[in-house]
Amino acid sequence: MSEFLQVVLSGLATGSIYALAAIGFTLVWQAAQTVNFAQGEFVMLPAFFVLIALNWLGWPLWAALAFGLVISVLVLGLLFKKLVVEPMLPNTGLPLIIATMAVAILLKEGAKEFYGAEAQPYPALFPHTTLSVGGAVVSIQDILNILVSLSVVLALTLFLDRTRTGRCIQATAQNPAVAEILGVKTRRMVLYTFLINAALAALASMLISPVYLAKFSNGETLGIVAFIAAIVGGFNQIRGALVGGLLIGVLDNLTATYVTTTYRAALPLVLLIVIILWRPQGLLGTSEGRQV
Amino acid sequence: MRGTLRIVFLLLGLGVLVVAPLGQGNYVIYLLCSWLIFTIAAMGLNLTLGYAGQISLAQASFMAIGAYTTAIVTLAGWPWVVGMLLGVVECLIVGLLLGFPALRVKGHFLAFVTLAFNVLVFLVSRNEEWLTGGIYGLSGMPRPSVLGFSTMKQLPFYYFTLFVFVVFAALMYGIIRSPWGRAFKALRENPIRAESLGVDTRRLTLLAFAIGSAGGGLAGALVSPLVQYIDPTSFAFGHSLRILLMVVVGGSGYFFGPMLGAAIVILMPEFLRFTEGYYLMIYAVLVIVLMVYCPSGLIGLGAKLRDLVRRKPVERGDLKAGAQL
Repeated sequence: MSEFLQVVLSGLATGSIYALAAIGFTLVWQAAQTVNFAQGEFVMLPAFFVLIALNWLGWPLWAALAFGLVISVLVLGLLFKKLVVEPMLPNTGLPLIIATMAVAILLKEGAKEFYGAEAQPYPALFPHTTLSVGGAVVSIQDILNILVSLSVVLALTLFLDRTRTGRCIQATAQNPAVAEILGVKTRRMVLYTFLINAALAALASMLISPVYLAKFSNGETLGIVAFIAAIVGGFNQIRGALVGGLLIGVLDNLTATYVTTTYRAALPLVLLIVIILWRPQGLLGTSEGRQV
Repeated sequence: MRGTLRIVFLLLGLGVLVVAPLGQGNYVIYLLCSWLIFTIAAMGLNLTLGYAGQISLAQASFMAIGAYTTAIVTLAGWPWVVGMLLGVVECLIVGLLLGFPALRVKGHFLAFVTLAFNVLVFLVSRNEEWLTGGIYGLSGMPRPSVLGFSTMKQLPFYYFTLFVFVVFAALMYGIIRSPWGRAFKALRENPIRAESLGVDTRRLTLLAFAIGSAGGGLAGALVSPLVQYIDPTSFAFGHSLRILLMVVVGGSGYFFGPMLGAAIVILMPEFLRFTEGYYLMIYAVLVIVLMVYCPSGLIGLGAKLRDLVRRKPVERGDLKAGAQL
């Protein structure tokens, strides 16, 4: 039983980080009709920005983290929107998908060429100590990861539901034309969405890299997990992506511990195919209408 | 007149392909072989994507199915043809099954389902050691002998590949010109209208998926004897992406698009050797620029440039092509 608790908890910890990536993916998909196939690379890259500030510039950790966040928002949010997505509008669809795939290749190869092909050690944000709760060994890192991710998700939900800007973003996602008529600056709202996505990806990167190490090829698995979490949960809501992320984190850990390690990666994929065939709108999704 | 011109060009092209490897080293011939093979895979995907408008990110997994089947069959001492046919038929069946999600979901979702399928095939080929050799892969597959001639040497194997390629290309051309081909295009342009005109969209979607996948299987069946060593990483998701890029960069929905696209993806690294590791980054940037300025690929770009020079007939606004891919 205590082992079960441990497995579930560490699953929730990775799952909450997956959820951050999945929520960003969902936001951009809904508000800008951009299916970002580079989402995994968006989570891989910010860790390298942090490493650059730490190791090349010799900055302290907090400054490096801030640097990582700012650069990520600029490069993965602003530049991505202005240089890749915007010139292609209104021609979304296959060409845009292909372009984001090319972005994925570019970021991956860039990290490999400019920083290094080996997995890079990455500083832990939280102490590695463990607590013993009722016989289960609980890592502080896991608990804090969950707390940080969930509070960010909560803040984001409040922002989208309670503030004027947040509601404008939702309106843009639901019906850009009507939103525009009602005086919403839709282009700016779409830009905000891209910036939020970049910030979420940066945060996910900083939380997951102490566990996985920073490696240029991390994006492949992270990207697939983010898509699957977004779709399984119900791609048209934040709640859905959150549930999807947590579910995949926990299921992945449970399979690896109790069923099979060689096929642990297969489970989310099978889940994806089953969900798409059985409930294409996702577990929590509604079949029509879009929400952020 | 245009017809004869076309035949002359085709014969010229074929002639170039026949003399291309003469006097070249083994490595160049190897490159040409892999170009032809990837063209076959890309032409298959072009049917699914370019003509029928269904995104598939699983072409490499069909190559895996074809390659492993051929490898296992030929290693057991059976002739190559048996392995090839078996592999192609397997891909047809699996393609049909994978096509079912295509009936329920479109676009992005289909991309994800096929992506998941590709990763699943990768996992199976890595984990089922008794069948596929696991991470060590399979090696030492014999090359086929045709009418008593062995193709163990590089040059005969090139001509063998070329022969298969020409037969496959002719078949594809036939399919595209057939009523099926026209129905595929109708499906891409406007599925609802196609349906209302009596096109059985269900059957056609499945068919497009199955035939496209079989192209992947055939390519796999040729990879096996060419490389004589296959392992799971040679058919990972990244390769599906590569094949997809071949189709799109060349020009999806154009018959010769995949040939051009495959040539660029396979041969360009050789010309860009001097850029060392930056090759893929340059390539990615070029793809983004191409997608921004000309989503219909290089052949589409050529057509655009030609239209700039040539006076074009005035198009009736109401007869313009419908939805673009």
